[in-house]
Amino acid sequence: MSFITGVGLTAYGRHEGSSSLDLMSTAAELAIADAGLKRADIDGVLCGYSTVAPHIMLATVFAEHFGIRPAYAHAVQVGGATGLAMTMLAHHLVEANVARHVLVVAGENRLTGQSRDASILALAQVGHPDYEVPLGPTIPAYYGLVASRYMHEYGVTQEDLAEFAVLMRAHAVMHPGAQFHDPITVADVMASKPVALPLKLLDCCPVSDGGAAFVVSRERTGEAGVRVRGCAQAHTHQHVTAAPRLSELGAEIAIARARQAAGVAISDVRYAAVYDSFTITLAMLLEDLGLAGRGEAASRVRAGYFSRDGAMPLNTHGGLLSYGHCGVGGAMAHLVETHLQMSGRAGNRQVRDASIALLHGDGGVLSSHVSMFLERVR
Amino acid sequence: MSGGGQALADWTTGAEAIVYQSCRACGNLQYFRRSFCCVCGAPDPVEKHASGEGTVYATSLVCRAATPETRAHIPYNIVLVDTAEGFRMMAHGDNDLAIGDKVTARFVPFAGRLVPYFAR
Repeated sequence: MSFITGVGLTAYGRHEGSSSLDLMSTAAELAIADAGLKRADIDGVLCGYSTVAPHIMLATVFAEHFGIRPAYAHAVQVGGATGLAMTMLAHHLVEANVARHVLVVAGENRLTGQSRDASILALAQVGHPDYEVPLGPTIPAYYGLVASRYMHEYGVTQEDLAEFAVLMRAHAVMHPGAQFHDPITVADVMASKPVALPLKLLDCCPVSDGGAAFVVSRERTGEAGVRVRGCAQAHTHQHVTAAPRLSELGAEIAIARARQAAGVAISDVRYAAVYDSFTITLAMLLEDLGLAGRGEAASRVRAGYFSRDGAMPLNTHGGLLSYGHCGVGGAMAHLVETHLQMSGRAGNRQVRDASIALLHGDGGVLSSHVSMFLERVR
Repeated sequence: MSGGGQALADWTTGAEAIVYQSCRACGNLQYFRRSFCCVCGAPDPVEKHASGEGTVYATSLVCRAATPETRAHIPYNIVLVDTAEGFRMMAHGDNDLAIGDKVTARFVPFAGRLVPYFAR
């Protein structure tokens, strides 16, 4: 058994003058305090990576900087799925008695620490060095390819995709830490600058500075009991050229394995936290996970299904699209928000019932997937 | 390449050609060059020239590029093409290509390289 005993999250956006280590430290301190623990209680550290400050041993660089001497520490790299992959590993580590309190932490000054071109270029390297990168693709182009095919096969339109950007912005408006607070409309998304068609600027998450952290423990440390009920992964390819057909992507495989591990059905889920690097990512994943029928996710957005007061509140902090995306920390904000919802601490964003939550992360170009169920226990 | 296989020059090494590999043991076709078959593990897949014929699987028109060299070309259309031989590849193509279009490859300069370019 494992519990998420504490969470920490900075505001996302510009943190002028903050390094990746600064942002990691801030988030880590918040999470440890939230768990009611001291630094010395942390005996395991899992961290993500920083494209601004790459290092072959970031976990020990962080541990030294933060002032702890863990019994277990290393970095994890699974792109956008890293946060949930670290949480899954921490869950198994505490269950196996390798550690009692594992700190999962990431932070990056991705916005102010490098030029936007440098950031776009660094990320495009997930493409194949010989057969893709020489063609000048970008991450939006890889997802633009997937979007064009998905729209073709399932009759999804650009206006449908725009609904997801509008929803995430509506949620971000309620969170003081979000990067964007101005409401947008479908027309705004449609009129935004083309990036890699069919994706336009407002279909894409921003580049942000920020940090996020959690503590995963063998036993709960306070009143709030948020338990990892079960989780699983799937990895079908790295490069979009080598991706399987749309009906065989990893999200469906990961969620089937996670449902089995957790003994939970999709109909049991009351809150959803789903990776949303682009509007197409969110649309596809919701449908792959079974939270909407094929080609029907957008109509569910229009009907309010994924709104704060809807049947399946989704990314109530605003997601990557509007809370922001600082790399590994980006999707960790989804888990922080889920924890606040499950422990009744989400303030004016609080949903009625977040007793069972489904989280899903995606790395690469729908390459690596982690599905996880969290359960509130009293 | 190890063993008896012969590496044919292709666009990734500056030649006007698209090359793929075919497994002698299981018949699997693969586009990314390896010294073994990625399905059955058999060594030395046979290298073959593709015809350059195919069908558009997906498209994305890049309007925001990240380097001065690629920015000079925007907008440019990145396409995935299912080749007549049966493997999928990434390339450039006409900006108005639609999914399902039958296309043929030629080779054009792009950012200091030669890249495959598909047109109807």
